Amino acid sequence: MSILKNFSSPTPPALLAAAAVLAAGAWVLPAWLTFLLTLAFAKALVVLGVVIQMRAGLVSFGQALFYCVGGYGAGLGAQYLGLTDAFALLAVGTVAAVAVALVCGFLLTRYREIFYAMLTLALSMILYGVLVKSSALGSTDGFNVAPPSFLGWVPGGVEKKRAIYLLTVLIALGVALAFHRFLESGLGRVTEAVRENEIRVEYLGLSPRWLLFANYVAAAGVSALGGGLTALATGHIDPDMAFWTTSGEFVFIAILGGTGHVVAPFIGAIVFSVIRTFAIQEAPNLWQMTLGIILLALVLFLPKGLWSLVQRRRREIAATSGQPATEASQSPKGISSPISEKGVRA
Amino acid sequence: MHRTSHRSNRLLRLSAAAVALTAALSSPAIAADNGKFRIGIVTFLSGAAAGPFGVPAANAAKLTVEALNAGKLPAPYDRKGINGVEIETVIIDESGGATKQTEEFRNLVQRQKVDAVIGYISSGDCLAIAPTAEELGVPTVFFDCGTSKVFETVKNPKYLFRTGLDAVVDNVAAARYIVETRPDVKTVASIQQNYAWGQDSWNDFILALKQIKPEVKVVSEQWPKLAQGQYGAEISALSVANPDIIHSSFWGGDMEAMMLQGAARGLFDKRTAVLTCGEGGLDHFKGQVPNGTIVGGRGPFGAFSPKNALNDWFRPNFTAQYKEAPTYPAYKMVQAILGLKAAAEKAAKPGAMPTADQVVQGFTGLTFEAPSGTVHMSRAKGHQAVQSVTYGEYQHDAKTGKASVAKLKTYPGECLMPPDGTTPADWIKAGFPGAKCS
Repeated sequence: MSILKNFSSPTPPALLAAAAVLAAGAWVLPAWLTFLLTLAFAKALVVLGVVIQMRAGLVSFGQALFYCVGGYGAGLGAQYLGLTDAFALLAVGTVAAVAVALVCGFLLTRYREIFYAMLTLALSMILYGVLVKSSALGSTDGFNVAPPSFLGWVPGGVEKKRAIYLLTVLIALGVALAFHRFLESGLGRVTEAVRENEIRVEYLGLSPRWLLFANYVAAAGVSALGGGLTALATGHIDPDMAFWTTSGEFVFIAILGGTGHVVAPFIGAIVFSVIRTFAIQEAPNLWQMTLGIILLALVLFLPKGLWSLVQRRRREIAATSGQPATEASQSPKGISSPISEKGVRA
Repeated sequence: MHRTSHRSNRLLRLSAAAVALTAALSSPAIAADNGKFRIGIVTFLSGAAAGPFGVPAANAAKLTVEALNAGKLPAPYDRKGINGVEIETVIIDESGGATKQTEEFRNLVQRQKVDAVIGYISSGDCLAIAPTAEELGVPTVFFDCGTSKVFETVKNPKYLFRTGLDAVVDNVAAARYIVETRPDVKTVASIQQNYAWGQDSWNDFILALKQIKPEVKVVSEQWPKLAQGQYGAEISALSVANPDIIHSSFWGGDMEAMMLQGAARGLFDKRTAVLTCGEGGLDHFKGQVPNGTIVGGRGPFGAFSPKNALNDWFRPNFTAQYKEAPTYPAYKMVQAILGLKAAAEKAAKPGAMPTADQVVQGFTGLTFEAPSGTVHMSRAKGHQAVQSVTYGEYQHDAKTGKASVAKLKTYPGECLMPPDGTTPADWIKAGFPGAKCS
């Protein structure tokens, strides 16, 4: 209780504890599960990028653009710049993605709703088209990324994947803490206000366009980190990373997890990956249908995502203890899904 | 204070749920050690490549494994299962991209504890799996993918094998067939699906053709996208360019659509198409494609397969069970399974469960029999198969409604493949040094 007093919200210590448990899991969990978690967390970083745009009322159907730029940045950095360090490779991808976002952002922030969704999709498909036509980069086959080193340390054997897992957990923790601060900050709150009423925000003396621009660039950076980590973990990149179905998967996980909290995308990504791998194992001919039915049921019965389970529990606690549950009361509308949002506004 | 107790209460429940989840996730591993030799089979069960490639291959795997477990195969494969140990298969869908496939490959090996993996049609998947297979140390057999970069990616393979040929071989053979059967060829055109397979196939083909016959001119290159379906514009462009030969690496539904649309518009009346994957469409063309179209089968498979005891077992049984003649992916799958069996039985003690090291030791440099004839694992340090490639002309008999191939020419592997240490492109450019074509 005394330690918790130092934090304004219970989230940061909970994140730290969860990251510590997950990091310790690197030596306990079976190897396939840590690999699954590595990819799930990398994916969750991209989903987080989708989620912060959803909170501003914009659905990106092209977040795979930055996922792909992050992945290819790492891959090309290893191939042509001779870099081997994981941090340097991730930095190359992230810098490239932020640079792309700084340019595309000027165009995209002029558009809302379906126009924004279609334009983001179009941009990612342009990258896909270019990569498919690039024989030198392996076209649809893509190319392999050699296992990285870590600040001069070259792991061998099982250490390779463990190191990448730990790096992913570390980066995910850092990003989650930063984005939690961002969502709780004035800027983060105002993006929700932009969603609700853009004109009023302008009357308050703020520029919604610059807010959305900053939001878009932040989303691009975090998505590129996810792409870079995926490239390092799987050791392979191909243009499918930029394909629209990849973006669709990110939007889906965002809806599955919910947009109410920084942890929601991580929960969504883990649940999605676990369901998918067991659907593939148990129903090799029907896995897509199995996955579809389970996810459809989740969306039907939990329209505000898996995070709403946690929030409902918090409200119950608040009701029984007579105290307001901190975060639930702060943003009562925080987890409305973008679909219902559209319906309300129409 | 209330809140703290609630929080710790919730923490307790959450950790209980986490423990339960972990237990549930770990349980399938226990089922694995059941004394059977487990083979993971990965092939397309959904998507565009499922119909022409994935499903015939999966069917061939089922048929072969059932027959092996019953001990029904002819010699030298009459010992039950693999080395007397019953085979169990775990079939996984290959669709979803290379990132997902590396994840599922790890799941097959580390969660499902398979003893070997046979699979992969997509070249991208093969490239992604290759280093993973070496890292995890499980015998892995690529049965179909055609990229020549597999053993450039993994230079010193130990656990990785490919029992099928690569696409360079197909295209070198196609170039030789054209020059030998149509010595007055002057112009060629190309229509390829615009992705890695199409790009590589055309590059290899034209490189080889220009090396053999430098005066040949390329008059048109068409690059429709994968699964486009309608080829009106491309067919017009090819008609206008009026080449002697039209080379295409199309496969599956795209190939059938392009051929039917082209034939209807008279594209092939005076021009001959060369289909490197044409064998897969023989039963589907139904005489709507002109006789004389040059078709390949990526090796001595399907309609090009020789007569031997194994083929006499495989072809009628497959046709009876699945109501369709086995095409080349089916042959290649049987070949991979039989290669694995031969390798395990060569190195392991009779009746004992073969270890990964024994399989690998037996497989390296192995010579084994398959329905397609004798296979020599004699390239990439004993990890890449060498076989002959046959091309022929499509012939449809209007009376019986049956398709066949005529004017067959077979090129031995030594005529089509570079020696170890030389990339195919360098070898072709140097004028095929050391090729034995007899």
